[in-house]
Amino acid sequence: MEAVEKHTLVALMEDKPGVLNRVASLFRRRNYNIESLSVGHSEETGISRMTIVVNGNDRVVEQVAKQLEKLINVTHVADVSGKPSVMRELALIKVNAPPGARSEITELANIFRARVIDVAASSLTVEITGPEERVNSLINLLKPYGIAELARTGRVAMVRGVNGSNGLH
Amino acid sequence: MRITGAQAVWESLIREGVDTLFGISGGAVIHLYHALPDYPLHHVLTRHEQGAAHAADGYARATGKVGVCIATSGPGATNLVTGLATAHMDSSPVVAITGQVATSYIGTDAFQETDITGITQPITKHNYLVTDVEELPMVIKEAFHIARTGRPGPVLIDIAKDVQAAEFEYEYPNEVYLPGYRIPKADLGEQIQEVARLLDDAQRPLILAGHGVVLAGAEDELLTLVEKGRLPVVTTLLGIGSMPETHPLCLGMCGMHGEAYANLALGEADLILTLGSRFDDRVTGPVDRFAREAKIIQVDIDPVEIDKNVAVDLAIVGDLKDVLPALIPLIEQREADATNHRLTRPAWLERIQGWRSDSAKRDIVEQETDEMVPQYVVRQIWDATRGEAIVVSDVGQNQMWEAQYFIHHRRRGLISSGGLGTMGFALPAAIGAQVGRPDEQVWVMVGDGGFQMNLQELATVVQEKLPLKIAILNNGYLGMVRQWQQLFFEGRYSGTPLLGPDFAKVAEAYGIASLTVHEKGEVVPAVSKALAIDGPVLIDFRIEQEENVYPMVAPGAAVSEMIRRPVLGEE
Repeated sequence: MEAVEKHTLVALMEDKPGVLNRVASLFRRRNYNIESLSVGHSEETGISRMTIVVNGNDRVVEQVAKQLEKLINVTHVADVSGKPSVMRELALIKVNAPPGARSEITELANIFRARVIDVAASSLTVEITGPEERVNSLINLLKPYGIAELARTGRVAMVRGVNGSNGLH
Repeated sequence: MRITGAQAVWESLIREGVDTLFGISGGAVIHLYHALPDYPLHHVLTRHEQGAAHAADGYARATGKVGVCIATSGPGATNLVTGLATAHMDSSPVVAITGQVATSYIGTDAFQETDITGITQPITKHNYLVTDVEELPMVIKEAFHIARTGRPGPVLIDIAKDVQAAEFEYEYPNEVYLPGYRIPKADLGEQIQEVARLLDDAQRPLILAGHGVVLAGAEDELLTLVEKGRLPVVTTLLGIGSMPETHPLCLGMCGMHGEAYANLALGEADLILTLGSRFDDRVTGPVDRFAREAKIIQVDIDPVEIDKNVAVDLAIVGDLKDVLPALIPLIEQREADATNHRLTRPAWLERIQGWRSDSAKRDIVEQETDEMVPQYVVRQIWDATRGEAIVVSDVGQNQMWEAQYFIHHRRRGLISSGGLGTMGFALPAAIGAQVGRPDEQVWVMVGDGGFQMNLQELATVVQEKLPLKIAILNNGYLGMVRQWQQLFFEGRYSGTPLLGPDFAKVAEAYGIASLTVHEKGEVVPAVSKALAIDGPVLIDFRIEQEENVYPMVAPGAAVSEMIRRPVLGEE
């Protein structure tokens, strides 16, 4: 059995009603193990871009990519895992911060190049952008203070270099 | 021209070459039906929307054209679901048109509203909800293009009621723009040469031919390849008809109830060339025990099918109609009676012949028995029709006996629900087949269980004056499940004994000629009599109740390990 690994797929699709549902329904129906999925506009009007993190061996991930590609509204799919690329995730972390803990938390945030974006009487909200592992590390360090609320975007990815989206395929 | 959305639907269908459709009216399609009589379209009114979907599917499989069905919103649309799933699993080109509640009501749980595009998403190749009449012509153009090209499949178009009534300036597009829909074009370079080299070098080659050969219309090319290379062929259930079963190199159907020699050949082959088959579990058994001796080459138009169920050694993605003509000139010409042993592979063909002789000894129709076994009935129908009939089989034991004992030498001669295994398919699908091919003799082969799932369509048969011959293999059980219960579930017949009506009287009530056959000796006269009658005939064959389908690959066993019928006189 081949090793199960995290793969990052980038998919471009027509921005039409129901397309997100088609993709989500495909993952459910084919029993694929999706870790995260993020979607938004691409550089091209009418085309959305989705980044999907999927767990599986090479054969499973190739199936996921081919099944995605088979959807009529999906125009391109690429597995960027093996390619030199940048991968980022954004998280908003609302952490309990009584006045005595504020400076400590702010300092931790600074080390991670995260920003404090909201200050309330007993909490701070920290924004961090970075590779998943860095986001995880900060969250782990903030846990002892008590995390009141957490929102993560899931991974977005882009291949390095000069090519645009057409360089994906 | 300025017309309504409803008129635009029919205008567009005619431009797509449609002349026949199957359906049932209702509130959300009333505008469509109101406009229909003005167009040269033959509407076949079925008695249930499931019947309409199967009929469109049967029409598509018999003719190779796109089958069209229509239903109203809500229950009309949901009744299509089983038919669409059936067509989807078997890659049958169908376009389904459904009415939807008016745009302003969508999402309000209006009367007869259902989210049919949501429901059918996983069982269609694609689907559309049309809420703007201006989009309608392009949607229809795309739907037919998607349904009939590449790997065919069903496409559903859900049209809001107000869209059908709206007037607009109609123009039918000439081309589609589908940036995400690509039909693979085979690379006919080095890979094809590698396939030819592997075929030439193999000691025990075998072709596994699936439905894709039929869908590609590549039957002639397959035959040429087989004869040039003296390559034995096994088929899947839906691959029956891809190659004449009367041909000495055709070993017939393989798989769970395949011919023993076909399965044994799969087990010992050193090279399997798979053409348009998706390695269904009924063909492979447990994949880790499938064809362990063989290198496997797969040719398929759908890239998803490569490495999906069975990891293959070499794959070509493309149309068999392109791949086979490129392959044929590259392989060695071999002669049936050549003395050059390297060329003819006599050992392999003799080994297969040996398995064939052993199977013949076990064949129940060769055995002296007074019992009216279903295999005998099927064989007599084959004999009386000289194998020329189009047979539409249902699902279960009847389907397997038909596949084993009706020897199909004609292309598109067998229509059956393979992937989904939909009981109740045969009668409505046969209606579609007969409407599509009015000059052919069409037989329905069905069990008493499946027949009771859609027998309301007898009225459609009569209304359309279709000369269908309906053979019910009536054993008073849901027979295939009963067989499993007998063999693997302690003989506990739970939920399988089945009471049916007097089918001859049912037929009579619909105005259909009928016969009931109780004895083996009555089979041949009954079939002749049915053939002599111009119109539809139903024959109720009261067959041996607990007859089983053999060979059988037990669940979990490799396909080359089968439960066989004992040789007469042994055991």
